[in-house]
Amino acid sequence: MAAGVATWLPFARAAAVGWLPLAKNSMPKPPGDKKSRHDEILIVNVSGNRFQTWKNTLDRYPDTLLGSSEKEFFFNEETQEYFFDRDPEMFRHILNFYRTGKLHYPRHECIQAFDEELAFYGIIPEIIGDCCMEEYRDRKKENQERLEEDTEAEMATETPLPPDSTLRERLWRAFENPHTSTMALVFYYVTGFFIAVSVIANVVETVPCRAPKGMLKDLPCGEKFSLAFFCLDTACVMIFTFEYLMRFFAAPSRGKFMRSVMSVIDVVAIMPYYIGLVMPENEDVSGAFVTLRVFRVFRIFKFSRHSQGLRILGYTLKSCASELGFLLFSLTMAIIIFATVMFYAEKGTKDTNFTSIPASFWYTIVTMTTLGYGDMVPSSIAGKIFGSICSLSGVLVIALPVPVIVSNFSRIYHQNQRADKRRAQLKIRLARIRLAKSGTTNAFLQYKEHGGLQDQSSGNQALCIRNRSTFEHQHNHLLHCLEKTTNHEFTDEHTYNEVCMAESMDYRTSRSTSISSQQGQSTSCCSRRAKRRAIRLANSTVSVSRGSIQELDTLHVQKSIPQSRSSLNARTQDLKLNCGGDMDFTAAIISIPTPPANTPDDSLPPSPAIPGILRNSQQMGDMSSQYTQEAIKISSL
Amino acid sequence: MVGSGSFEFEGLQTIGIVCLVCMFLKLMHLLGLINFTDEDSSESDLELSTVRHQPEGLDQLQAQTKFTKKELQSLYRGFKNECPSGLVDEETFKMIYSQFFPQGDATTYAHFLFNAFDIDRTGSIRFEDFVIGLSVLLRGSVHEKLKWAFNLYDINKDGYITKEEMLAIMKSIYDMMGNYTYPSVREDTPFEHVEKFFQKMDRNQDGVVTIDEFMETCQKDENIMSSMQLFENVI
Repeated sequence: MAAGVATWLPFARAAAVGWLPLAKNSMPKPPGDKKSRHDEILIVNVSGNRFQTWKNTLDRYPDTLLGSSEKEFFFNEETQEYFFDRDPEMFRHILNFYRTGKLHYPRHECIQAFDEELAFYGIIPEIIGDCCMEEYRDRKKENQERLEEDTEAEMATETPLPPDSTLRERLWRAFENPHTSTMALVFYYVTGFFIAVSVIANVVETVPCRAPKGMLKDLPCGEKFSLAFFCLDTACVMIFTFEYLMRFFAAPSRGKFMRSVMSVIDVVAIMPYYIGLVMPENEDVSGAFVTLRVFRVFRIFKFSRHSQGLRILGYTLKSCASELGFLLFSLTMAIIIFATVMFYAEKGTKDTNFTSIPASFWYTIVTMTTLGYGDMVPSSIAGKIFGSICSLSGVLVIALPVPVIVSNFSRIYHQNQRADKRRAQLKIRLARIRLAKSGTTNAFLQYKEHGGLQDQSSGNQALCIRNRSTFEHQHNHLLHCLEKTTNHEFTDEHTYNEVCMAESMDYRTSRSTSISSQQGQSTSCCSRRAKRRAIRLANSTVSVSRGSIQELDTLHVQKSIPQSRSSLNARTQDLKLNCGGDMDFTAAIISIPTPPANTPDDSLPPSPAIPGILRNSQQMGDMSSQYTQEAIKISSL
Repeated sequence: MVGSGSFEFEGLQTIGIVCLVCMFLKLMHLLGLINFTDEDSSESDLELSTVRHQPEGLDQLQAQTKFTKKELQSLYRGFKNECPSGLVDEETFKMIYSQFFPQGDATTYAHFLFNAFDIDRTGSIRFEDFVIGLSVLLRGSVHEKLKWAFNLYDINKDGYITKEEMLAIMKSIYDMMGNYTYPSVREDTPFEHVEKFFQKMDRNQDGVVTIDEFMETCQKDENIMSSMQLFENVI
């Protein structure tokens, strides 16, 4: 029930007195009233903004947070107010909902932030008022589409194959994403080349060549060099058939594959050849055979696997199906009307071209699309009048749906561009986040090194450690607990590689003896992990460098490695009181956000921990190797 | 054949020219150069409901009704929230009342109720009417409440309740129940109920119930008297 209506409930109950004299039975007892509710003003403090409202206002919606007893959890006894640590701007809209009964969606706010606030306060978004519902739905749909796009794209291209994938899966993957392996890429380009060759051959074989000796008129090249063309055709069809069979074999769902558009195009492209082989050189069927050769032109559609623009066009047309349908329908209506009128207008004229209504269809179409061939021309005055009306209306009817189609195409095209750019930027962001995370690990290591894990009262800690916040202490304590639980210790990449590559097994640590017991195991697992790392690294560089290059956006990432283990040992033995200003890493808990934010500008705002790391690393005297250099290129159509 | 052809020719020519002229005139009208209809289209926009009503002062209302100041304030806040213009017209009233009875059709009963509240027959309920009515229902004596109920049943306010009036009221009440009841409402259920009512109330069996008969009978009925106290604490 709406809010305002709830305030009329006492009135409705009072009006029930009118039923009393008529009642057949006695009335039931009213529900037990609580203490006389004199309305009181509540104070709701949202991040410092004090909102005051009547208690009744909030009680209107008892299934929300503010209307139920759930708000008591947020009651602050000292200040006698309800304190919420949320966005005060958004709260304004929430409170207005209670006051007016209508929830409005502020257009300038992020849709997800709004959704989160609604979820927190227990309000379902469905009650957004009609005035704002459309906008809300549109934004939400857009957001969801974007998310789906991203996760889809991610899953399709970025996930590495599980190591135990069968030949079929690998083959399918190679076909769908040619840039994953060299063989697939080669095959991709070869098929593209052959499609082009086939289409050009189809076109060229109809061009008239000079007549051979002994004949008078020119022959089309197809007949003059029929053998050559036949061999070329055979070669192309061989390749196409091979490709089709491979795809068919590799498809995870064969039924779905057979029904997909691309496979239908493939079949249609190669069928004419086989039918031509099978059919005899009969005069009767050669007409049909010639028609079949037309289908060879469908090979050009095979290019849509190679070109994203073509796919987008196809997708646009599909999504504008309703507009196209409308265009067609209105055109048909107009054609029939005008054709009828023109026919009857011109019926009186002698030797007229408008012999029947269907014959006038041609005139109408030609006029409405402003072609104006001039093969059929009205001569009577009425015919000329209606003819001019026809051409004027034709312009309008055709012009109406076209902007819709164009805007759809533009939207989809830009969405695609955005998706590519986002994917490229995602790589950069992930790289930066990885860098920050390694910074965290380094911070922990530094913490350990400076005796943070020892007893605080022992006084052995460096000053910088003691100045760390409680939060960091607790976080590092947690990591230390994890270390103790698993009997392993955190370390950094460089040190790890060093250890693995070290031939001698007598590396020392001064911190814990637990590691020494792992010496035996570590070398064996070291080597395996090192190899896998190398492979992954190689793969990532390969996958990143693929793709057509239009712009270059490179990011050089420099990671600074603190020290090797040996030097760490040396440090801990002489505890310094100051940590050395060049290496003050601050631990930051960074969570990789799942959907990347849509940043249209190319410069991404760096996360807070990173400048610190980058800055400090430059001050370091001993700069270790440039660890990874990741080149990220934005691919386009 | 030439003759018939030329008639068609002539006819179509005329039609064509007429078409052209009509379109031209329509275009002129659209452009605003010519006006076909009367020139009142612009004024009708101004006739928005700028009607607003302010209630009498708080003290006056307090004198007229038996509510305390706080109760009046609370009532007015709710009223104003729902009807910012200060007036409730019949349609809004029907809509609000129907929301409490979703299964059935409460519009007819709401109509009667509206008339009972709208004492001076202005066609809209002001806050004063609202509050005075509520005061009677919630804080009034039993006598006053019964008088209010009588007023409700007496549709034409002539002082007598006829069988037809009662039947209309009864039907509207049963309409509020809707279709899905147990046992289901038959066609003659309201009629039977009216008969019973008249048997009880109509002392002199003259086919109408006057206010005195009504009062007398009700005050003798224990059920009615006890249930009158039920709705005291609504506000």
